[in-house]
Amino acid sequence: MRVMIERTRIAGMFMQSLSGLACAIIVAMVAIILGNVGIHGLDRLSIGFLTRAPEAGMTGGGIFPAIFGTFALVLLMTIAVIPLGVATAVYMHEYAPRRSRAVHLVRLAIQNLAGVPAIVFGLFGLGFFVEFVGRGLDRAFYGGRLVYGQPAIVWAALTMALLTLPTVVVATEEALRAIPQNYREVAYVLGATRWQMIRRVVLPQAVGGILTGGILAVSRGSGEVAPVMFTGAAYFLPELPTRLNGQFMELGYHVYVMTTQSPDVEATKPILYSTVLVLLLLTFALNFSAILIRARIRRRLRYAR
Amino acid sequence: MRAEHAELSTTVDAGNSPDPATIRTEDLRARAGSVEILKGITLEARRGEILSIIGPAGAGKTTFLRCLNRMVDLDPDLRVSGKASLDGVSIYGREIDLASLRRRVGMVFSVPVPLPMTIFDNLAFGLRLADRSPDLRAERIEAALRAAYLWDEVKDRMNEPARNLSGGQQQRLCLARALVLAPEALLLDEPSSGLDPISTAKIEEALQQLKTDLAIVLVTNNVKQAARASDRTSFFLFGEQIEVDVTERLFTNPRDARTADYISGRFG
Repeated sequence: MRVMIERTRIAGMFMQSLSGLACAIIVAMVAIILGNVGIHGLDRLSIGFLTRAPEAGMTGGGIFPAIFGTFALVLLMTIAVIPLGVATAVYMHEYAPRRSRAVHLVRLAIQNLAGVPAIVFGLFGLGFFVEFVGRGLDRAFYGGRLVYGQPAIVWAALTMALLTLPTVVVATEEALRAIPQNYREVAYVLGATRWQMIRRVVLPQAVGGILTGGILAVSRGSGEVAPVMFTGAAYFLPELPTRLNGQFMELGYHVYVMTTQSPDVEATKPILYSTVLVLLLLTFALNFSAILIRARIRRRLRYAR
Repeated sequence: MRAEHAELSTTVDAGNSPDPATIRTEDLRARAGSVEILKGITLEARRGEILSIIGPAGAGKTTFLRCLNRMVDLDPDLRVSGKASLDGVSIYGREIDLASLRRRVGMVFSVPVPLPMTIFDNLAFGLRLADRSPDLRAERIEAALRAAYLWDEVKDRMNEPARNLSGGQQQRLCLARALVLAPEALLLDEPSSGLDPISTAKIEEALQQLKTDLAIVLVTNNVKQAARASDRTSFFLFGEQIEVDVTERLFTNPRDARTADYISGRFG
């Protein structure tokens, strides 16, 4: 009897320390990554680094074109993904009949979309947007001259929009679900058409959720490399993209290029560290603002209820 | 004798003399799948009187009300048949415009639902939807608030969130919000179920003033409210109308034993 109690006690202690250790490992990993990047990355981080173009075969200069390119990419992506994602969610939640097969199918498609590897999106973007849509536009409007049928920032942005679409749809649907059914009924009772009800009651209430979805999409999009490497990101391009069909530099892709293609690994290393740090800070900042916005909206909703 | 006369004249020139009923239903039925929720209701609501509908839970009172402004359309499982008309025009006719129907037949829910905006925006909501010019907006809103006995309490707080009002004030705001649209009929679904006696009294007083201009249908769980506030009372039970009569007569001398049992509190 005594022995058994002793044994159970030891097993319990063992499991407790094991699960604690698992947590400690995770914390340690994050600390090591952040510490490593932070310590080494801070060396090179300066105003000049953030505002100049790469020089001397990626062993000098800054990363401004990549920062600018990432922002431009993410901006175009947002312009594409928010209307599409919000419209999809509004259709599924407000227009489609309940228990509709079509909605079930769309939801299944979106879930699958969320599971597709990023590199597949990249290849799809190359095949569909660049080769099919781009070439088609060239044939139809430019007499076959190469204008849109090549990797370009617009195609990269659209590819990225597809990748982040599930995020926006899910966040918007969540927001729509949180709106009390009563509000919709009141709008109808006061003579609203369905569109008026959506525009004046549903969408204003869902703005917070839509914004959160948008920012999560942005923070995901700004860190992905695979979807843009075939569809528009340039290996090295000191000029900034000025046209929709221009190529651009992107932070994540720049990291990849510096890691694998540098002529002088030792000289590139400090730049690489700093670039990774900038990329991480950018992504964290976006995530953090998403959390802030969500918290603010939650407070407002609580107050409204 | 006089009543008979009136009856006769309406049947004779049904074409041009105005129907005394604002809302009229004939054999109105509603079913959800195989469940019959309304089993043929024939009833009319007239301008100048308050018609109350009483009955235990599940009697179909709310469904009946929602048939009258086609809010039942929101529930795809519900099938409505039979006749219902507003000023002689079928509510279920092909040519009816749902938005304008609902503007003409106002509704107040059992729970006050102020929209998450200011008091003024709540009141102006319906007018803005209808695209009425803003000229008369302030005037109409003031008139509606006065009719709902709320003007003095909110006239200096129009830009506050409507949620700041007390429950009773919120419900009167909802009443005023319906009145702003100058409806011909008003449907109230247990409007004072969660309110204190003073707020309830204010709403009942408002309804007494309002009934001269519009037909009022008051669904209530509170038999006493029906007795003191309505001119005619209809008793629903399991989707059927057991009887409808002048309120005083129904409460003093019900024809059906089930009505007597219900109003005396023996069941329900």
